[in-house]
Amino acid sequence: MTEPLLAIRGVKAFYGNIMALKGVDLDVNDGEIVTLIGANGAGKSTLMMTVFGNPRAREGSITFQGGDITNVPTHEIAHLRIAQAPEGRRIFPRMTVLENLQMGATVSEPGHFEADMKRVCTLFPVLGERLHQRGGTLSGGEQQMLAISRALMSRPRLLLLDEPSLGIAPMLAKQIFRAIRELNERDKLTVFLVEQNAFHALKLAHRGYVIVNGLITLSGSGRELLESPEVRAAYLEGGRH
Amino acid sequence: MEYFLQQLINGITLGSIYGLIAIGYTMVYGIIGMINFAHGDVFMVGGFIALIAFLALVAIGVTAIPVALFLVLLIAMALTALYGWAIERIAYRPLRQSFRLAPLISAIGMSIILQNYIQIVQGAGAKPLPRLIEGGHTLIDSEAFAVRLSNIQIIVVLTTFVLMVAFSWLVAKTRLGRDMRACEQDLKMASLVGVNVDRTISLTFLIGAALAAVAGIMYLLYYGVVDFYIGFVAGVKAFTAAVLGGIGSLPGAMLGGILIGLIETFWSAYFTIEYKDVAAFSILIVVLIFLPTGILGRPEVEKV
Repeated sequence: MTEPLLAIRGVKAFYGNIMALKGVDLDVNDGEIVTLIGANGAGKSTLMMTVFGNPRAREGSITFQGGDITNVPTHEIAHLRIAQAPEGRRIFPRMTVLENLQMGATVSEPGHFEADMKRVCTLFPVLGERLHQRGGTLSGGEQQMLAISRALMSRPRLLLLDEPSLGIAPMLAKQIFRAIRELNERDKLTVFLVEQNAFHALKLAHRGYVIVNGLITLSGSGRELLESPEVRAAYLEGGRH
Repeated sequence: MEYFLQQLINGITLGSIYGLIAIGYTMVYGIIGMINFAHGDVFMVGGFIALIAFLALVAIGVTAIPVALFLVLLIAMALTALYGWAIERIAYRPLRQSFRLAPLISAIGMSIILQNYIQIVQGAGAKPLPRLIEGGHTLIDSEAFAVRLSNIQIIVVLTTFVLMVAFSWLVAKTRLGRDMRACEQDLKMASLVGVNVDRTISLTFLIGAALAAVAGIMYLLYYGVVDFYIGFVAGVKAFTAAVLGGIGSLPGAMLGGILIGLIETFWSAYFTIEYKDVAAFSILIVVLIFLPTGILGRPEVEKV
């Protein structure tokens, strides 16, 4: 076994005095899609942000490509080629689509820019048609595509996606999941995906983790988790399919 | 009519100076959401540095006025920028994570420190500078009143205009400007894409202070004196200008500056000079009642 691309070990993180992560262990291997599922407030988004040191892990360690990044400043973590399409998308609302993508390319070689633009506009053609429109005027689905594209502009080694299907039309969600699979299979992009839509996420992912109240309670391959009675009862049956 | 025109010229000149200072308030507010109450005093420090630089240049024999002016501009901008940078590092950055009022209180403290520091090292009296830029043009010469546009007024307005154009270009077109806008719109997201937020904030203070320094030089040339207290009054006026124009908006700061300059000048010209500040602030209050976000400000958008 080679060492994982991202290794999270015993991470505890706090919001004020509230412990949001209570000792999380999680691996993402090179080339995988790994998903983390769990209910609202279980700590999914916190874990994503903790990888970027915001909030910082108060205990435990996070390593990326073998290097300890637990205490590295947030913007320098981006320079290591970890990119995130965060919770709530966080498009720069008064910047154009093009400027948002330029911001995504902050850590990347200027020489790549044209090629990377082409790549994301092929992936999501609608963005290419709206390059000069302000980010804040896009629909929710378009904003999500922009958030993912902005993350891709840095040519990430690891892409963190926080609930890309939240609040957008099922058709668009499908398109986004298809794009994630394509990026993984064709470009060998490693993806760490947080989702409430457990069914789609587990079908897409190679491996998955279940988080409950800041602790990992289950892990396994996507298929194993899909078939596990606990997961079925808590996240699938009666839920959206 | 001639009298009106003259006051218009005077008002725009004064307003340009306010506008240059107001940009510093509005930029800092846009990015970190705090009012830098020490900014007016940074303007005052800029005026003093300019005065000292003028005298020093004369002492070493640089007497050609255009050369001296240019050198003073460079020196004052650079040194005042350093002040702005240091203030942020010492008084604001350590408080970035604490409650909202903490940096505000720290800013008021910084303002008092700067005033007292200058009062101690430069004395409490007004420091004069001999008139360097003489002359002007008589635009209209009727029997009752001659409208004059002095050379110094031309220099003040032109310099302000050039700086505004250059600065707007920087914000709209350069990488630094884009980083600044990103920080203004979403500080956390900016750091996630790899923008060094601390560095961007430092540069914002640096640029704001350099513009305040230019305003300080213009004030010195226009009025011919500086004292340790000018920063307070001009600072409050420029802050008012920023709020009037819509805090966070760059064109708003400039527009607000010109408006405050005009209100003050016209009030002094047609009513009583003692109440010119009352007039400026009354209009601010009226505008804020009907346009709470200022003239060009945008309403606070709920973040989804």
